[in-house]
Amino acid sequence: MKKVKTETAIEVRNVFKTFKIPLDGGRNIKQRIVQIFKKNKGYREFSPLNGISFTINKGEFFGIVGRNGSGKSTLLKTMAGIYSADKGSIKVNGKLVPFIELGVGFNGELTGRENVYLNGALLGFSRDEIANMYDEIVEFAELHDFMEEQLKNYSSGMQVRLAFSIAIQAKGDILLLDEVLAVGDSAFQQKCYDYFGKLKRSGRTVVLVTHNMTAVEQYCSKALLLENGKVLAIGTNIQIAEKYREIFIPDAAKANATDNAKKVHRTQGGLKIEAVDIVQGDVSTTVLRAFEPFTIRVTFRSDKKIGPGACGVNIVNSRNVLVLATGTGGRYDDELSIKEGLSSIEFIVKQNIFTEDNYSINLAFARGDKNSSQELIYQETEVIKFSIRGVVSRPHSLVHPEVDVAIYKGKT
Amino acid sequence: MKLSNIFNRRNRILLAELVRTDFKLRYQASTLGYLWSILNPLLLFSILYTVFDLFLGIGKGIEHYPVYLLLGIILWRFFMEATNNGLRAIVQRGGLLRKINFPKYIVVISGTISSLINLSLNLLVVLAFILINGVSLSWSALFIIPLVLELYAFALAISFFLSAVNVKFRDVGYLWDVFLQAAFYATPIIYPITMIASKSDLIAKILLINPVAQVIQDARYVLVTHDSITLFSMVGNKLYTLAPFIIIAVVAVVATLYFKKSSVKFAEHV
Repeated sequence: MKKVKTETAIEVRNVFKTFKIPLDGGRNIKQRIVQIFKKNKGYREFSPLNGISFTINKGEFFGIVGRNGSGKSTLLKTMAGIYSADKGSIKVNGKLVPFIELGVGFNGELTGRENVYLNGALLGFSRDEIANMYDEIVEFAELHDFMEEQLKNYSSGMQVRLAFSIAIQAKGDILLLDEVLAVGDSAFQQKCYDYFGKLKRSGRTVVLVTHNMTAVEQYCSKALLLENGKVLAIGTNIQIAEKYREIFIPDAAKANATDNAKKVHRTQGGLKIEAVDIVQGDVSTTVLRAFEPFTIRVTFRSDKKIGPGACGVNIVNSRNVLVLATGTGGRYDDELSIKEGLSSIEFIVKQNIFTEDNYSINLAFARGDKNSSQELIYQETEVIKFSIRGVVSRPHSLVHPEVDVAIYKGKT
Repeated sequence: MKLSNIFNRRNRILLAELVRTDFKLRYQASTLGYLWSILNPLLLFSILYTVFDLFLGIGKGIEHYPVYLLLGIILWRFFMEATNNGLRAIVQRGGLLRKINFPKYIVVISGTISSLINLSLNLLVVLAFILINGVSLSWSALFIIPLVLELYAFALAISFFLSAVNVKFRDVGYLWDVFLQAAFYATPIIYPITMIASKSDLIAKILLINPVAQVIQDARYVLVTHDSITLFSMVGNKLYTLAPFIIIAVVAVVATLYFKKSSVKFAEHV
């Protein structure tokens, strides 16, 4: 068997980076002078990179993952040469094309065509080289009829398409991609992911910074996990994605627990919430497995007999979108009658189609039955927070029922 | 950074594209467009002619005074515009610097080059007036080219320094505005240097050591009239004529070192 010599594409050795973040501006001379008199340094130090070393070989699709503020973006920008390392060295072998943001240097006053050339020049391509790619760029962006129009007349979607189109036609040896590429509408996201797949097959060296473990598992060959500006782990894409979830999930549990513990349930209209529990598989938890049923149990105390009423539950996701509204009353048979003392209601969510996200529950009680007008007597938001984990494929959709995919050849 | 890299292929491409963009955008929204580069000095000349020649009668001792004045003002305005563009170049492209790595000096050069192009167009108008006024041009008129380059070198050196300082202290732009206003009157542009020389010979000499003044007086000498008093004709010891060049060299060295040192952190500070 022929031995393939692995060549290094990027070598990062013991890189440190510290920023001085100016306090209250400090950009003008007056403030500087004031700072001198106050013996105030005028800045605080922030070190996003604390001794990072790793090597990326040619042809690897390398993922860099970590939570917000772990130093991912700083690392990417340092690799791209935008920031200089305070200590350590970064060796790059080949032409590096960074896409930290799409459409860098786009100017609204210029036409689409002129912007293509300007953007190309910023990426290091001559007019001749751009001219050769031009038709493909326009075709991919589907903007034939608009290239002679000023960019300011483009919709934001058109601008993104043009920018992305330039990005994918730019032929560098090493691509640095930030996850910001994968924003936009779902059709565009799909285009990004399709492009990642194509990149992986093409054998080019790619560095991808992302939060999305699905992308890591699907496209990366190797990955690195950053935490507090240090390399926590380097390994195969699967290892790192698992490690990330392992660290991230307890975090969700901790965050939910802290928030839930802080929650004080007020007494309204003679009603007091004693507890709100979420139970999955006989265990009370706030981090739920996807696809499996769970139960929301509301325990409350009333200081008097109220009689017929209703209890409503709303579940909103992290973007404050109402995902589920349910409750007693309405078309349900089991009418609620609020008696004096302790009672509890269980909502059994049989089909768990919640996707991977963090949710909170809003709760309300009303007095009166469906025949009379109802009066709201109790209302509280975020009575409990919980998270769903374990949606592996495309967790960014609003809901996520279990889907089986069958592929048939020929006519079915 | 190696010196040979300063204008390597990639940097040349980028510079050309940025200059092209600047030029395109310059008169973008105006109906007459590039014509303004020609019209502006033309209108300026009619104002100068009316005010100084017809009404005030300043500069009676200098032949072709309105053209003499026009040339001085155009060179001054070039210096002002180039340094102002240069000063703002880095901060203006801040968004770009944070997203992509490219040689920072390119944006300073591109900012000043568009002023240089504008100056060339303006000089064509001056040339037309020179011919209309019946000035007989000799081959020595070609000295205007090294003179313009000298002025450009000075403006560029100052731009490098100021653009880097501007990243940290945004007040620089305002300070430079005030400084330029003072410098305008300290430079023999609207008044003949003889007015100063008649009061104090020393002050006149000091004023002429200013590279901008030296260039303007020399340019007038080679293009318009030998009535223009140059540094060379004024000082006894001809070694003093090197003074403006020494000033430019010192500014250039300081500016380059400072720019190089601080450009590493532009992306963080801007």
